[in-house]
Amino acid sequence: MNRKKQSRFQFCGWMVVLTLLFGFTNLQAQIVEKPEYGTFIIENVDIYPVTADVIKGGVVVIKDGTIDYVGSNVKPDLTGEVKRIDGSGYRLYPGFIDSETQLGLNEIGAVAVTVDAAEVGSVNPEMIAQTAVNPGSVSIPVTRVDGVTNVVASPVSGLVSGTGSLIDLYGYTPEAMSIDQRAGIYINWPSSGKRGWWDSRSESDIEKDYKEALDQINELFNDARAYHAMWEAIESGDLDAQPDVNAKMDAMRHLFTQEARLVVRVNREKDILAALEWAKDQDDLSFVFSGVSEGWRVAEQLAEAEIPVIATALVTTSRPSDHYARPYQNAGLMANAGVHVSLSTFNTENVRNLPFHAGYAATYGMGVEEALKAVTINPAEMWGVADKLGSIEVGKHANLFLVDGDPFETTSTIKDVFIRGYRIPMVSRHTQLNEEFLNRDATN
Amino acid sequence: MTKQISSIAKGLFMMVFLLSYGHTFAQPTTYSGPQTVLIKNGLVKTITQGDLPNTDVYIVNGVIQEIGQNLTVPSNVSVIDATDKVVMPGIIDAHSHLNTVSTNEATSPVTAEITIKESIDPNDVAMYHALAGGVTTINLMHGSANVIGARNATLKLRYGADQFGLQFQEAPQTIKFALGENPTRVHGQGTGVQPRTRMGVERVIRDIFDDAIEYDRKRQEYLSQKAAYERRPNRVSPPVPVAKNLRLEVISDIIKGNILVHCHSYRADEIVMLVNVFKDYGVENYTFQHANEAFKVAPELAEAGANASVFSDWWAYKFEVYYSTAYNAAILHENGVNTSINSDSNELIRHLNHEAAKVVRYGGISADDALAMITINPAKQLGIDEYVGSLEVGKHGDVSIWSADPLSIYAINEMTLVDGQVLFDRASDAADARLDRAISYDQSFEDLQAQVSEEVRGRQDDACMEDAFILFESGSQMEQTHNH
Repeated sequence: MNRKKQSRFQFCGWMVVLTLLFGFTNLQAQIVEKPEYGTFIIENVDIYPVTADVIKGGVVVIKDGTIDYVGSNVKPDLTGEVKRIDGSGYRLYPGFIDSETQLGLNEIGAVAVTVDAAEVGSVNPEMIAQTAVNPGSVSIPVTRVDGVTNVVASPVSGLVSGTGSLIDLYGYTPEAMSIDQRAGIYINWPSSGKRGWWDSRSESDIEKDYKEALDQINELFNDARAYHAMWEAIESGDLDAQPDVNAKMDAMRHLFTQEARLVVRVNREKDILAALEWAKDQDDLSFVFSGVSEGWRVAEQLAEAEIPVIATALVTTSRPSDHYARPYQNAGLMANAGVHVSLSTFNTENVRNLPFHAGYAATYGMGVEEALKAVTINPAEMWGVADKLGSIEVGKHANLFLVDGDPFETTSTIKDVFIRGYRIPMVSRHTQLNEEFLNRDATN
Repeated sequence: MTKQISSIAKGLFMMVFLLSYGHTFAQPTTYSGPQTVLIKNGLVKTITQGDLPNTDVYIVNGVIQEIGQNLTVPSNVSVIDATDKVVMPGIIDAHSHLNTVSTNEATSPVTAEITIKESIDPNDVAMYHALAGGVTTINLMHGSANVIGARNATLKLRYGADQFGLQFQEAPQTIKFALGENPTRVHGQGTGVQPRTRMGVERVIRDIFDDAIEYDRKRQEYLSQKAAYERRPNRVSPPVPVAKNLRLEVISDIIKGNILVHCHSYRADEIVMLVNVFKDYGVENYTFQHANEAFKVAPELAEAGANASVFSDWWAYKFEVYYSTAYNAAILHENGVNTSINSDSNELIRHLNHEAAKVVRYGGISADDALAMITINPAKQLGIDEYVGSLEVGKHGDVSIWSADPLSIYAINEMTLVDGQVLFDRASDAADARLDRAISYDQSFEDLQAQVSEEVRGRQDDACMEDAFILFESGSQMEQTHNH
């Protein structure tokens, strides 16, 4: 028995004793090692604050989970224990944010019992994603070690899918991970076109179905407005009543108080225009449009309506007749027209590819600077959390990552990730399997 | 003859098209046959013989004739200036369903008698989108519904050629096998015939292999008796006929080494199972497709001389890929397994250079080795490395020309050549690259809807299961779209 194994054996022995002593409270499945917490000083690092100019060879101090200092080579006075990190040769970026994922909600797509993103029913604003976010999802460490520190976990089904929650990708409970559990209510805009190759409805039936769905939406929002007005009256004392609890309507109220945005999933040109038309009459709502595959066709109108969008880059063309590069260009074409664009993978297990979506958007017209904003400060602004996330500024959450080059380059390597000031172990199922099997003994 | 009919049909179509539309659109370049061209002064990534700066590649009648500096060529040869550009071989995708008409003949656990060559859509614009990403050769595969599926078609993306012209004539025949969840779900779970389990999957293969050996012996015996009888009909009695069985003949050809196996697989145990089965029957030079857990048995694969064609990072969409790692390709490579990166997707095939770059991130593989995984390595797996996969004298003039290092996310493919003909040129490409424009752009909306469906409901499958769920009569329409 070698020394390492021997000490491990002794350690295991002590663990048994301790476990017995403390009544199993220490028995915890530890999939990844624990993060470090404390005061960190990152020195000689190229800082990319996003909202300010790049600082070459600068200093960033992380304290109490937040960014405590950002500057040039002036070393601030620090007391107590400080962990020093040499950032020479590295760049520091704010953690990337993906605004529409099912991360934490879905574990294995084909195994229905592990899929929590799709509730039964058509109108489910009261379904809140955060309550179903699994902090132990294997995909979470896989995502964050590639520099994505925040996502919106969003429900997907029905007409009103539910309420999406903005979370940190670190924490032992959904509450600990929460940035804003009511980031937005996601709705699937009814399409006025065929749903797919199998859709055998006639043109008139399609039109009828669309009108019915639109009526349903209008009725829902009219009811919700009336309900909200009623409760405002009750709360201000103008009305004395004790109405029945209505959870759906209570959830909808967050739209009118501007606490939650209305995220309209809409892709087709015709549907985007219809949704824009509808949105004109809803001036008490904060809108976000998501998907917008054909947003480039109506970029001017989107810009004029001042509705921020969530778009992606790595998809096939909307129409076979589209130019091959249109999906790469879509985000940039919208941004250049003045639309506030955030980029997303619209994914679950491969949200880690967000930097590459930004890279493709950057290459095909958006430019590096704007693409960087589209995965940092833009989503932070869109979700109303620009005081907490999206840039490297004093007072913001210490959600950061250190990378040995351009973060959009596939061949760059991430050295360190911080979330709420926790230095995250650079470990995931993918790295662990690599460590176990790279030099596997051939005979065992 | 067939080509003639096809070109007449195309001519008629064009006439109808022009009459009905009254005006012309910018057309994509269509394949017209091998060309002669000089690609001048590029950084040539040969893949097999290193990088050559300021180098010319001279392609004569579709074949590379010379690689060197300041080549002199006849004055009438067209010249592509590749100054400050990177010239590399056309990308090869060892796993694609790019332009199949149907993907799965899911009605039996063994359908070796079927061939995907009967199921090629020569007008699919997805081919052009792949060309735009630098791809020149694909393995157009049958799906994974069956343990032994149909024979595949190795295609060159000669956009504009018909389904016969697309075929890579020199390529050996390959066939699709599939292990694990897909065949057990479609057959055992779906229609109640074996296999329902991985035990059954092995038996299906061994049983049909035994049948094929038996068949081949009887059939050969019968044919020689028949020949003897025909020579001397009065002296020899006529033999009892053994009917020709195409399914068993194809299996027999696999055992004899005439057909290469490309096997859809995920888990390490099922991979080892097939290695053992093939050892017993003497089958060699096969490739595991997807093979998400191949990294666990990399030494065994190296010892067996098996190949692996894998995703760069897809995982977790089904249970058998839950214990995956993006380091799969790097681990296989380090263990000496010939490994390629494939797409199995009409989206990923547009940027396989980026997929290859992920192997650098996940495993620190060298840039040259990463590019080999989308060129010479898949060429070996398809048995076509003698013709394509590197820039060498005597190989096909299949080339992609990049604005920068193709592993950089900022690199843009500028030009793609097949047999020396420029079939994609970014500087002059048609906005609408379809060959068949009879359908107005507004009617053909399924692609977007399928994409939205995937976005909204999440991926549940690889593309290999397309068309398989038509078997489940009770399946809802929604279920069909899941697996489309």
